Amino acid sequence: MNAPFQSIVTPASPRIMAERPMKIAAKDVNIYYGDKHAIKNLSIDIPDRAVSAFIGPSGCGKSTFLRAINRMNDTIPTCRVTGNITIDGRDIYDRDIDVVQLRAKVGMVFQKPNPFPKSIFENVAYGPRIHGMSQNKTDLEEIVVSSLKKAGLFEEVKDRLNAPGTGLSGGQQQRLCIARAIAVNPQVILMDEPCSALDPIATAKIEELIDELRQNYCIVIVTHSMQQAARVSQLTAFFHLGTLVEFGDTDEVFTAPQEKRTQDYITGRFG
Amino acid sequence: MSDHITKAYDEDLAVLKTMLAQMGGLVEQQLDDAIDALSRRDTSLADRVIQNDEKVDVLEHQIEEKAILTIAKRQPMARDLREIMVAIRVSSDLERIGDLAKNTAKRTHAMSDQLPRKLMAGVTRMGRLAQEELKNILDAYGHSDATKALEVWRSDEDLDALYNSIFRELLTYMMEDPRNISLCTHLLFGAKNMERIGDHATNIAENIHYLVHGKPLAEGRAKKDITSTMSVEPGQHSED
Repeated sequence: MNAPFQSIVTPASPRIMAERPMKIAAKDVNIYYGDKHAIKNLSIDIPDRAVSAFIGPSGCGKSTFLRAINRMNDTIPTCRVTGNITIDGRDIYDRDIDVVQLRAKVGMVFQKPNPFPKSIFENVAYGPRIHGMSQNKTDLEEIVVSSLKKAGLFEEVKDRLNAPGTGLSGGQQQRLCIARAIAVNPQVILMDEPCSALDPIATAKIEELIDELRQNYCIVIVTHSMQQAARVSQLTAFFHLGTLVEFGDTDEVFTAPQEKRTQDYITGRFG
Repeated sequence: MSDHITKAYDEDLAVLKTMLAQMGGLVEQQLDDAIDALSRRDTSLADRVIQNDEKVDVLEHQIEEKAILTIAKRQPMARDLREIMVAIRVSSDLERIGDLAKNTAKRTHAMSDQLPRKLMAGVTRMGRLAQEELKNILDAYGHSDATKALEVWRSDEDLDALYNSIFRELLTYMMEDPRNISLCTHLLFGAKNMERIGDHATNIAENIHYLVHGKPLAEGRAKKDITSTMSVEPGQHSED
């Protein structure tokens, strides 16, 4: 034998984390619903301008934690959040925080599209109007058009902006909800299974949209579709029984996960 | 590893592994017969090897089909995905080993009885070494044993070393008497075939490492086959 045997594995690939500024930081977060301890000592740093996917079996706490990021849990009386969640270094559970402002900054898209029972135009215009983001009608129109364009919906609805939003197809409604979230100029977009009620074509359109939006936003998506997480995200977090088991580059999590529990879940072995 | 929730998925992977074991066994047999045929100048055995190569090719296609179908149906992730990708790569290495065995068997027809025993012995010894390497790597693959795979990977340098010395020896014989050239050239190709088989075994070793650890085997193995730059001058004698 010649040279002594050295390293047999390549060093870990540069983490996506290191390349992007951090947006959301959670430290020692615990969430309770009454007696139920739904999230246990969770700490995670979520980068800006990237899609982070939360995966895990039902009841693992991924949606609970997602909702804690824009304080949606405040509406549940028995829900209690301890620990620290910051966005750009600012504690979002601080007393001074205006929750309405927070939710404009941290938009949310739900599993089932939930447009307001109003026109397409009004659905998007509502947020900017109540937040006083426009001086006049032209301003407002501009915001609505540009939001619909960013959500990839404008071309399909430009001739019927006054038609009811609820008359659109499921996929279009979901993109309308994304346009509505974008209209108030958010920094973070939370998506809770945004495609689970959509057909594959509509799903592909939303995924394409997510991929475009990540240039400008910090996106966190909860999904039950592993393939979707693998397709759209740069980082993947695996939750199990209220704990964060693994958080890493999506490319690694789906080809060579560090933790056995992750491996068992993504390969369909969970017993 | 524990079972999938979907039993049929376990079955798909098990079938794939069984097909590879079958292909490995067949290729081992082919190599054994090819070396036997060459060393005993048994042309009928050689012909059988040549015929049987088709079975190896058919198995490779079947494995590929099964792998592609499993990917399409199950959308495998993590270790399952690596298992399937590695199966495809290993089957292609085995198919190449089969080809090399066939090529070696073909050369039996060109052998004559006047061949110096010593020369043939060297090539046969290489054949046995290649055979052992193949057997060990198939064992390691069967047990997904990355440690054992690494041992095989390292042991390939013995085969390279033997090849270098046989190469030199054959050149010397050719130099001594041009009537040896035809035979020696065939033997040289035979030896080269065995050396290539060793290289395919190291490919399989690298794939086993990837299968188990999810990372490529990055350490570069020093290439010990130095024959590409080797020459023997007239009057210079073989070292052994």
